[in-house]
Parts: sequence; C-alpha cells; structure tokens
Amino acid sequence: MFKITIDNIEIQVEEGATILQAARMIGGKVVPPAMCYYTKLMGSGGKCRSCLVKVVKGSAKDPRPISKLVASCSTPVQDGMVVENNISAEVREARKGIVEFLLLNHPLDCPVCDQAGECDLQDLSYSFGMEETNTREPRREYTDVDIGPLIKLHMNRCIHCFRCVLTAEQLTKKRAHGMLYRGDTMEISTFIQTAIDNDFSGNMIDVCPVGALTDKTFRFKSRVWFLNPMDAHRECSKCNGKVTAWMFGNEIYRITGCKDEFGEVEEFICNECRFEKKDINAWVIDGPRKIKRQSVISGNHYEHLKKGSIIHPIEGTTEPQE
Amino acid sequence: MKNKVNHHLFVRENKTVSFSDETLEKVRSLIRRYPEGRQKSAILPILHIAQEELGGYLSVDTMDYVASLLNLNPMEVYEVATFYSMFYLETMGKYVLEVCHTGPCAICGGEEVLHHIKDYLHIETGETTPDGMFTLKEVECLGACGNGPSMQINTEFYEHLTSRQVEKVIEDLRQNSEEGSSKGWAEQFS
Amino acid sequence: MGRAILLDKVNIPGIRAFEVYREHGGYKPVDKGLLEMTPAQVQQEVIKSGLRGRGGAGFPTGLKWSFLDRKSGKPRYLVCNADESEPGTFKDRYLMEKLPHLLIEGLILSSYALGVKTCYIYIRGEFKYLVGVLENAIREAKQHSYLGEKILGTDFSLEIYVHPGAGAYICGEETALLESLEGKRGNPRIKPPFPAYKGLYDCPTVVNNVETLAAIAPIVSMGGDAYAKIGSGKSTGTKLISACGNINKPGVYEIEMGLPVEDFIYSEEYCGGISNGRMLKAVIPGGSSVPILPADLILNTAKGQPRLLTYESLSEGEFESGSMLGSGGFIVFDEDACIVRNTWNLTRFYRHESCGQCSPCREGTGWMEKVLYRIEHGKGRMSDINLLVRIAKNIEGNTICPLGDAAAWPVASAIRHFRGEFEFHVEHPEVIKSIKHVAIKME
Repeated sequence: MFKITIDNIEIQVEEGATILQAARMIGGKVVPPAMCYYTKLMGSGGKCRSCLVKVVKGSAKDPRPISKLVASCSTPVQDGMVVENNISAEVREARKGIVEFLLLNHPLDCPVCDQAGECDLQDLSYSFGMEETNTREPRREYTDVDIGPLIKLHMNRCIHCFRCVLTAEQLTKKRAHGMLYRGDTMEISTFIQTAIDNDFSGNMIDVCPVGALTDKTFRFKSRVWFLNPMDAHRECSKCNGKVTAWMFGNEIYRITGCKDEFGEVEEFICNECRFEKKDINAWVIDGPRKIKRQSVISGNHYEHLKKGSIIHPIEGTTEPQE
Repeated sequence: MKNKVNHHLFVRENKTVSFSDETLEKVRSLIRRYPEGRQKSAILPILHIAQEELGGYLSVDTMDYVASLLNLNPMEVYEVATFYSMFYLETMGKYVLEVCHTGPCAICGGEEVLHHIKDYLHIETGETTPDGMFTLKEVECLGACGNGPSMQINTEFYEHLTSRQVEKVIEDLRQNSEEGSSKGWAEQFS
Repeated sequence: MGRAILLDKVNIPGIRAFEVYREHGGYKPVDKGLLEMTPAQVQQEVIKSGLRGRGGAGFPTGLKWSFLDRKSGKPRYLVCNADESEPGTFKDRYLMEKLPHLLIEGLILSSYALGVKTCYIYIRGEFKYLVGVLENAIREAKQHSYLGEKILGTDFSLEIYVHPGAGAYICGEETALLESLEGKRGNPRIKPPFPAYKGLYDCPTVVNNVETLAAIAPIVSMGGDAYAKIGSGKSTGTKLISACGNINKPGVYEIEMGLPVEDFIYSEEYCGGISNGRMLKAVIPGGSSVPILPADLILNTAKGQPRLLTYESLSEGEFESGSMLGSGGFIVFDEDACIVRNTWNLTRFYRHESCGQCSPCREGTGWMEKVLYRIEHGKGRMSDINLLVRIAKNIEGNTICPLGDAAAWPVASAIRHFRGEFEFHVEHPEVIKSIKHVAIKME
C-alpha cells in the first residue's frame, strides 16, 4: 500500500492506483474534475487536462516536486507523494485556462441542449470557469452528420474526449465511427454515411460528457431536471437490465445506465433496454435514485417519494402503490 | 467571418480496386517487415503505394481494399488516412504543386512564388486547373529551408524557386506531360 | 575549415556507394566495435563522449540508453527518428542524402550496444527519394555482411527497415512516432510509461535522432574521451547547424560546439553575413520552436558575454533573454523582416500540426493563429497582445507532449522582445494594410 496526501488529506491506496483514483477514494471537493477519463474504458484519460494537479513531493524516496502540472487521471501514485489540487493557486489558474479552451469553440447552446442539467462541461464551467469570455473569434461549425435513428450527433458541442470511440472499440466488434482528421478540425464521424447500428451503441450517449451525443428518442421531450430518476430493472438477455428510468408521472421519458457520483455508469446497458422499453409495465421500479453529483438535477426533491409511488403531476400529489 | 469545418461524408462506390501482382508481392514483403500480428504497421507505406498506383488519391474503395489487405476494420484506415497530410481524399490534378508557406521559405520569397503560381494558373489554393493538369496546395515546412522557396510536385523537390523558374517548371510539365517522374513508392523499397 | 567529424567525407565523389565509403575508412568503426569491443564497452564510450541528443531536447544519449529495460525478456527496438520537420531544420536530410552509410554504421553500433535485433528508420514521407537512398545503402551493407544474420561472423544479427511517414510534424515526437510506426494516428502517448520500458509494440525501445546516431561511429572510432575533448563544457563534439533565412550562404554546416554566434553569422566560412548588405534583426537559433532573440541578445548574452553555439550559452538568461540550441535550425531575419507576420506564420504551422488530442494545444494553437491573423491584417486590438501572452502561458506545460510548448514559446518570446512591433500593427492598421503583402487566405 502507498501513502498519498491530497490537499492535506492522507490516504492509503493500492500500488498502481492513479492520483485521481486516490482522490476519488477520499471523495468530496478533493476530487479533480475529469472530462475524458472513464474508469471502465481502457486507455481513456490524459487528454482534456482538466484534472491537472500539482505534485509538490514526488515520493518519500525522491521528494523532488514535479515541475509541470500532471494529469491526475494518468499519473500513478508513488509512496509518500504529496499532491495539491484545489489548495494550489497554480492548479486553479491552469484549470481556468483549460475551461476557457474547452469553451472556446463550444456553441454554448445550453438552452436548447438536452444534456443541460447533467452536463460535465456545465459543471466544470460553473466550478472553475471565468465569468466573461475573452474571445471574439467565430466558433467552429461542423456540417451535420446523421449517425442513425437512435443517436443524435452534435459535433459542434464535442470536446474530443475520445470516450465514445473507446466505447465503440471496446464494446463492439467492429466500430463504425471514429476520430477523423486532426488538430482543431478533428471530427467524430462515420466518414461514409453509415448508421451506427449495434446492440450497445447507446452507451456512447451515457459516456459523452457533453451534449454531443444525445438520445434521439428523448430529443426535446423534457428537461432532465423536470424528471424523476428511478432505479428500475427488468429481465434482459443482453445486459443486466439495471437502469435509471427518467419519469414524469407514470411515463418513462428515457432510460439511461445507472451513473455513480462521478458520472460513470455502473454497468453498460443494451439498446433494447435503452430505446425500446419506454412502457412502465416493462420495468420493475425499485425506487428513487439519489443523484450525488453536483449539478442541477442533484436537488433530489423527489426523495420523499416512496417505492413505487404514483405521481399525479397536475394535482401535485403522490400516493403509495400497493 | 465563419469558421466552418468542411469535411464531407464520402461514399463507398463499390468499385473493384486491386494492385498488380507485382505490387501485391511488394506489399506482402512490406508487411513481413513487421512482427507477426503487427501488420497494421505497414499501413503508411501501403497507403502511399495505393495513392500513387490507384488513381492519385485514396477513394473509400481503395481504403477498404487496403483494410482488407491488412485485415483491419475500414474505420481504422479512414482514421489514419485523414490524419496525415500527404494523403488526398479527393481527385487531384495530374501534378500536385505543394508549395511551402512556412516561415523560412516565406521570408525568402515563398509568398511571392505562391502568389505568382496562382496568377499564372488562374487557380486558388486547393483548386485544380480546368484541364486537370495542376492542383495547387499550400503545405507546411518541407525540410528544404536552406534552399527556399521550395515546393514539391508529386513528391519531387523543386528548390531555389523564382517566379520565372516556376513558369518554366509548369511549362516543362505541360510539354512533357507523358514523361513519368522518378521512382515510385513501390520501387523505393528493396 | 572547422573540425569535421560527421561530414569529413562529404565531398568525396561517389561516397554514397559502399565501396567508396569503405575505401575511405568507412565501416572501420563497426569492425572495431563488433570485433574488439563488448556491447557494454560501446555504450561506455558513448556515455564518456557526453553526446547529447541532436533532435532538439539535448538529453544525454548514453543516459537514455542506460534506461532501456534489459530485463523484460521482450525484444528490444532501436528507432531512428528521421522525421525531420521542424521549420528551419534540414540537417538530417543533408546527412542521409550525402552519407547514408554513416547512419547505417551508427545504427549497427548502437543496436549492438543495446542488444537490438530489429531497427526501424522512421523518415518523413516528403523525403520519399531518401527512402530509396537508405534502402540501397542497407542492401549494400547486407551484401557485405554488415547486416543480416551473424554480422562479420559474430553472434550479432540485425535487420534495418525504412518506414516512411506521411506528413505529420507531430510524429517527430518520439511516442507519436512510435504510434505512427504501429500504423496508428500520430497521437503522442501519455507518459509514463516511457519508451525505454514500453515503446514500440509495448517493448523496450530507444528512439534517437539521425545526427545523434551518425555520431556513434566517430565516437567508437576516436574513443569517447577524445570526443568529449571537442566542444565546450557539457556541449561536447560537433553539431550540424542548418542555416537559412536572410543570409548569403544558407546551408548545413558542421561546427565545433563553442563557436561564437557572431562568427557563425558573419564569417565567410559559414553564413557569410546578412544578404543584400542589410542589418541583422533577429535569429531563431534552434528551429522554429525555440524563442526568437533580437540581434543584441543573439550576439551577446544579457551579461555581455559573447553568445556561443552551445546548449548552455544559448539558453543562458532562460526565457527572459535566452533561447535554446534545439535542433540547430538557425533562422536569420534581416531588418526588413516582419516579426508579427513571421509569428503568425509559425502559429499557423503549429495549428496545422497539432494532433488535436489534448485541449490546450488543439484549441490554443488555433486561437493564437486567429488573433495573430487579425493583428497582422490590421484588425488587432491592444488587448490582443496580452491575450496572446495569456493563451501562450495557459498552453505551456499543460499539454501531453512538447508541441504545446513549441507553439507557445515563439509567440511569448516574439512579444517579449518585439512588443513595439505588435503595438505598431494595432495602432497603425492603415500602414500595415498598405504594405504589399501577398494575402494568404485563412483556412
């Protein structure tokens, strides 16, 4: 076991753990934001640079600090390492710069974006961004690419995290989309006009940190903060059938994977569960899901609901089910 | 001013493309240069050969063919082909004039040379002359800074350029348009 | 002439051919290394020589070799970085074109020292004709039993293959090069792990620049101690400097480390002075990525010492008043050169060459280019100048690979030393617009 100190809090972690993993074990405000790292996706991380931290002491053996800031998601912990995250002015300043870069070409169309309210980029901007913009250059615009009837791709909103490419690579045998071209014209696309058609393709929506990939069957139906997330399950031959059902009254508006406090899904789910089972009778509702993340939907106003409550949105009342 | 990224979606035409037997033998020997299971390594040399021998650019069908030779998912080939600037995704003129516009060439008259080519051929960067002979491209540093201004025509170096010389080069190519340039990609490898 | 160690045979007619090269002492160092020395002894000579990486970073080669994981049981690889794409640098192209066998010798000796059986030369695709030149040299060496199985009757076997790139500056970064060699997009890897542990095909790998490897045969031949005596201080040996820009005699020159910059620019032996009798305005001494220095600071350090062509002297004063030797791409600007235009030009280069993998570089290079384009074309604001400084600062050090720094330094240093010129552009757009520049459309 290695000992590491992050923002003056000490913790023991397994050898081979990264700084980010150690910080997540501590939890709370010590955890650096992560826009591209995703625990379940091999090879993710290191790209967005929003999780940069300062290593003020390399290890007990070699106490020299690391001169540059390091990406906490891809830097392994050394025994006796001392790391500064929020307490370092240098880190806060650098992170502010990263937010600025990520927003530079982002369309800021949150008012019409289905991701708003559960968007990692929104959260990041609220936490670390600047109040005003310094750019007056035109923002990058991509031509629309249709990737099929289930998933909507808004390339303009993409922050090039590579998560969806890794998801396709690792969950499917033959991925149909990829990261094309390079530099600031890099684009997620199928290159040729193919619809992305695979039993697990819907997970691209869940891993996308922004509104670049959204659920077409939920498009413009509601805002996420008007919906009640409920744990639900069903017998499924393709996945474990455990999902979060986003409900309004007795209606299921959309299905997503169950996300943990860091926004990562606990299990990937299949497209049948996600897109085809919108009837409440298809599911066993287990009860309200507590959203632990810091964002608009984490008000958790629905927590007083009992298991299987019936909600009458118009009357504003609820009654327990038998 | 708009900042539009204009990548368009390409189409699979399902045309049959294939290397000659001789080239195929060369391709197989290139693949053998890399360890077992690492045949993907040969993708860049093979794409060079494919571009040169199968129409002067990489069509979707050509890339699919390369993918089949290397046992890859076609997407992997598209990703690689779009990353590197020497690969063309659309039809080009018979001669592709790639003029260096980076610093050292620019301060030695590279901008004037570029401008002169545009005037002389009546085309802008990225365009092809109506007769299909010349395509003009601006490229970044070619590694010929000491001999600037410089350009490459079909990967052949032309250096110490002046406006007059450029005219001569273009005219020579027009006259002797049948004459092939130096060794092709496949011949470079022993 | 100055001391020639690498280019001593360069003017011999037909030197590209194996026989001619052999006649003039070529491959003797290989005989010596393979027949009289152990691999450890060869490496020891390289360590003693104090040779530093000639690709730009200047990291001690012997030390880099000593990091190579020899215990993994996996095959080890040596990769020659011939992806020379740094604006202002054209020394490797010259070396490979003139003396391909010098590189082959270096590869054989280095592979012997490192226990490598397969070696790849990653050469930029634009140097297509050099692929043939090198393949030919390899074939000749093989015919003479210097490559292949059981070289010179020893137990040492080696194959060298040439691998062309296809137009990507980023592939000069060693991990991007390895990705590209594996047939992928040239996205730099996140370190650690370093190539010495997990490089090509996840195997221990050393990546060295062409000029570095070319120096190995002379080092083995003369001995590491003798090599270390050449040069000055920790900058041992000779260095190829590729000089270009507004000078009378652009070209590749081999200099002994420690030559004063002033001599290099003005002496007839080297650059022969500024072209058309103009005055020196500024120099980028180590390829476009290093900070630009105005005439007074390139000739003398801030302390008034003459500036020398060494790693230490050129970086004296750090980024306040110094620069770097880098890859030895020496770009000279005369009094008429526009620093703003050149800075914009270089940011366009970095924007085009950014792989796009990490956000500061992908977005920052494009942003700097757009702002500089406006300033250069008479649409700048005074606040843009400090904005550029801030963007550069936010990129620097926060990226996966050094391309971010390389894009930030030229901008930061140009503003540091030539702020007045940027301000003039903002204050007098009418003057700027009236100067006849060829308009280049933005992509």
